[in-house]
Amino acid sequence: MSLAFLTRTRGRGRFDLTDWLTWAYLLLAVFLMFGPILWIALSSFKTEAALQEYPPTFLPLAPVTATVEGFDEPLQLFRIIAGEHQGKVLAQVRRIGLVGKMVDPANPGALIDVNINDRVPERAFALAVENYTSLFERFNFGLYFWNSLFITVVATIITVLFNSMAAFALSKYHFRGRTVVFVLIIATLMIPPTINLIPIYLVVSQLGLVNSPWGVIWPAVATPTGVFLLRQYMLTIPDDLLDAARMDHASEWKVYWRIVLPLSAPALAVLVIFSVMWRWNEFLWPLIVLNRSEEFTLQLALNSFQGELQTAWSNLLAMTILTLLPITLVFAVLQKYITTGIAQSGVK
Amino acid sequence: MQSALDTIGRGVGRLYAAAFDLLEWPMLALQRLTGAQRIAWIFLLPNLVIFGTFTFLPIILNFFYATSGSDAILLQDRPYVGLDNFATLLACENYLQPNSCERDIFWRAVHNTAWFVVLQVGFMILFSLVTALILNRDIPFRGFFRSVFFYPVLLSPVVVALIWKWVLQRFGVLNAALEGAGMPTVNWLVDADWAFFWIVFVSIWAHMGFYTLILLAGLQSIPSDVYEAAEMDGASKWRVFSRITMPLLMPTMAVVIVLSLIRAVQAFDEIFVLTGGGPGSATLLILQFIYETGFAYQPRLYGLAAAASMLMAVVLLVLTLVQLRATRSRAEG
Amino acid sequence: MAVVELDNVVKDYGATRAVHGVSLTIENGEFCVFVGPSGCGKSTLLRMIAGLEEITDGEMRLDGQRVNEQRASERGLAMVFQTYALYPHMTVRQNLAFGLENIKTPKDEIVRRVDAAARMLQIETYLERRPKQLSGGQRQRVAIGRAVVREPRVFLFDEPLSNLDAELRVAMRGEISALHRRLGNTMIYVTHDQVEAMTMADKIVVLRAGRIEQVGAPLELYNRPVNQFVAGFIGSPRMNFVEGTVDSIDDEGVDLRDRTGTAYRAAVDGGGVERGDAVVLGIRPDHLDVGGSVGHEVTVNAIEQLGGDSYLYCERPDGTRLTAHIAGQTAIRRGDVARAVFRPEYSHLFVKDTGVALPRLTIGEAV
Repeated sequence: MSLAFLTRTRGRGRFDLTDWLTWAYLLLAVFLMFGPILWIALSSFKTEAALQEYPPTFLPLAPVTATVEGFDEPLQLFRIIAGEHQGKVLAQVRRIGLVGKMVDPANPGALIDVNINDRVPERAFALAVENYTSLFERFNFGLYFWNSLFITVVATIITVLFNSMAAFALSKYHFRGRTVVFVLIIATLMIPPTINLIPIYLVVSQLGLVNSPWGVIWPAVATPTGVFLLRQYMLTIPDDLLDAARMDHASEWKVYWRIVLPLSAPALAVLVIFSVMWRWNEFLWPLIVLNRSEEFTLQLALNSFQGELQTAWSNLLAMTILTLLPITLVFAVLQKYITTGIAQSGVK
Repeated sequence: MQSALDTIGRGVGRLYAAAFDLLEWPMLALQRLTGAQRIAWIFLLPNLVIFGTFTFLPIILNFFYATSGSDAILLQDRPYVGLDNFATLLACENYLQPNSCERDIFWRAVHNTAWFVVLQVGFMILFSLVTALILNRDIPFRGFFRSVFFYPVLLSPVVVALIWKWVLQRFGVLNAALEGAGMPTVNWLVDADWAFFWIVFVSIWAHMGFYTLILLAGLQSIPSDVYEAAEMDGASKWRVFSRITMPLLMPTMAVVIVLSLIRAVQAFDEIFVLTGGGPGSATLLILQFIYETGFAYQPRLYGLAAAASMLMAVVLLVLTLVQLRATRSRAEG
Repeated sequence: MAVVELDNVVKDYGATRAVHGVSLTIENGEFCVFVGPSGCGKSTLLRMIAGLEEITDGEMRLDGQRVNEQRASERGLAMVFQTYALYPHMTVRQNLAFGLENIKTPKDEIVRRVDAAARMLQIETYLERRPKQLSGGQRQRVAIGRAVVREPRVFLFDEPLSNLDAELRVAMRGEISALHRRLGNTMIYVTHDQVEAMTMADKIVVLRAGRIEQVGAPLELYNRPVNQFVAGFIGSPRMNFVEGTVDSIDDEGVDLRDRTGTAYRAAVDGGGVERGDAVVLGIRPDHLDVGGSVGHEVTVNAIEQLGGDSYLYCERPDGTRLTAHIAGQTAIRRGDVARAVFRPEYSHLFVKDTGVALPRLTIGEAV
């Protein structure tokens, strides 16, 4: 039955060559797309010592210790693979040169000498959660997270507000100069900010916004994509509704926020998702504007840590996972919404 | 649970109403002043101010930077140098030989970018098309597979770069796997050719889901009765693909190609974090050259960087005009 | 309660003039219907009264007070839209309350008025639903309810029934008339359907191309259309027209002949025409007697038998088409040659070039 389900294909025919190729391709794709992400997620739970191991183990493993009677500290366990004690699991008391002084946990009275080449450490699955906790204790992760969150949330709110107001004006009023304004805004779609890095930097620095989150927020909020997207949607809202509201004593401002804005919710949601994605992931512009590490976003912090030699991979990996987590959660919840929204509007 | 959600919903609704109600009186006063039609300008104002400050003004200022010298950021401190910056960038004995140019690093970036654009766009479109065709089949778990391809699109470039850096490092999992299979290992990001291969690969990995999604939407917009008619006409699978699917997909395809070209010309983030442009300048692309010339290295050569951006702008402008044409024909088609 | 006065009101859209100097007074409590073919400017005129369109020139007065400069919300009018224009994101109750909230009506007063309107329109049971969950007729009631709760000085209706099916349209017609009788407000109603105009109006305003053609009570328009356009527009099926020339004029009427030389007579005042003038004779299908042994010869091309009524589509030998309405059933068959009687006291006469009607001396249909 399950096989019949798997072999469901476009035609009514058998499971033919194209179906085999399809499945081979898809499984390879899952491996290539998710493999690296899974790998970094697993690695982020390994201790620094385990990360140095080569070849690496698949799962995060840590040496096993045991408390043995007569010893205050927990002792590390080893499996003996050669010599007279082969097959036993012994605890090491100390190591002297090539010889490990060990005891049998079941019989802790006698010390046993074992050649260190005759034993391998006992290891068990263990998550090095300290990779994550130390981010908050030693690496100011909370600050970077807050910086990123602040920029993302504030920029998104302003983007949605300003873009929707402009879109409302451009879709629902017939005023002189409307076409000119619209064409001007659309024309800026052709000039991505990457071309104007230097003059934008001048403007931002003259406004005293270098090393301030606002230096990242303000240049980003007047997105032509957002105006265009919302305008196209608002054009589909019947003008009669606006007239009805005007007959109901609503001011133009009230028409905007009580009628048009709630009715544009689907388009607003798409813009919110885009804006969150843009701002959370933005790299080049914050790199230029934010030079002080207290102002770093998560992306900048990640980048600067990976350049520092003394940064431990264990912390870097954990930080990477924490950075991709919010977007991943949003995607997991809104997956269908995001994919259809992007497919329809064709923007990223 | 339900009532808790309701309470939250009502709370959000009240907050929303209270926030917008604050502006009711000022906006009403403005409306009395402007009349019901010209109030549109008030609605446009915030967006236009931001546009003017951070888009229109910089476009004009860019010309001044490109035609002036020194490392001063203030325009009044910068001497006018005419087209010197462009002349410096374009001084070259043989454009195919970066070493023969005055700014050899710029031309190396141009060469790298050209190769990058051709390879990245070419292979990405190919894989996206194949993937879209496969996802358009009636296979189980289609939504899941679509998400598999799309998920990396949402990841930040820095995260993408770090994921692959970890896989590709000297003692990383890829080399371990190769060694396990008895094959020689490579120091992937230190070998110039391999490093270039990987920046192309990683940027395809990160972005193909987006184009797959658009192509898939294009495929799904082809009415099924066309396929049924072809089936009645006894067309083979290959003929259906080459004579029906591809021609009807062409408008979407054009949009996808131009969009990906525009993005590829401006590639920077993942590559900067993954290789930093190295080894040497093997993976240095134009935008990184602009960034480093203008912001990272001392003295900051703003003029040269602005001139380089304007040259890039010309390329982008041409590509965008092509895109607009393509989009229009899609809208009309 | 209000008197609406329009004084030479003009509307321009750029260079094109949509409304050419309309002057009109709508009395307190009157049910006034604007009727005309699409594009005649009736909706524009209504929207100008509502305050949704600016008045280019001329003056509009409410109870004698100039309101040109007042915004829609300040005039105290309520409008029912063709598309209903119910706010889709609000419940029925919220739809009704929205306008009252905007003028800061006390909460208990809003509840009282909404409940009263809901009871009157029988929409109490779905006050908590959204417009999407309602049928067309229910939406129509909510749209009317939204106007009623506002207790406006004037109700405006913009083709409110055109999105309903035929049966519902008849029922709603009756309800709106009943509403008018109960509330006694001034109401202005726009429609392209002359049946709605005839059945509901105290006063009908017939518009064409931005100009008023005629203003009057329904039967006055039916009996005494001032021109050929109004004569053709009011009444269903449409009035039959026969072209001819004036033969002779006397005190009781005018004699004329058509191209084939057939003679007709109309009981109209011939003061405005002379012998030889080109004129058009008009007679309604209801008044054309077909099937007798006397009268002019017609060929019956098609017959619609409805059981209670019969419609005959006939043709004169010169190609003039005539429609006749007969009460009851008929033995005439398609292809038959029958005789049609044109009675002078039921005939209208129009000057061909201007379309102006000659005053009727005797009116056969009047009682």
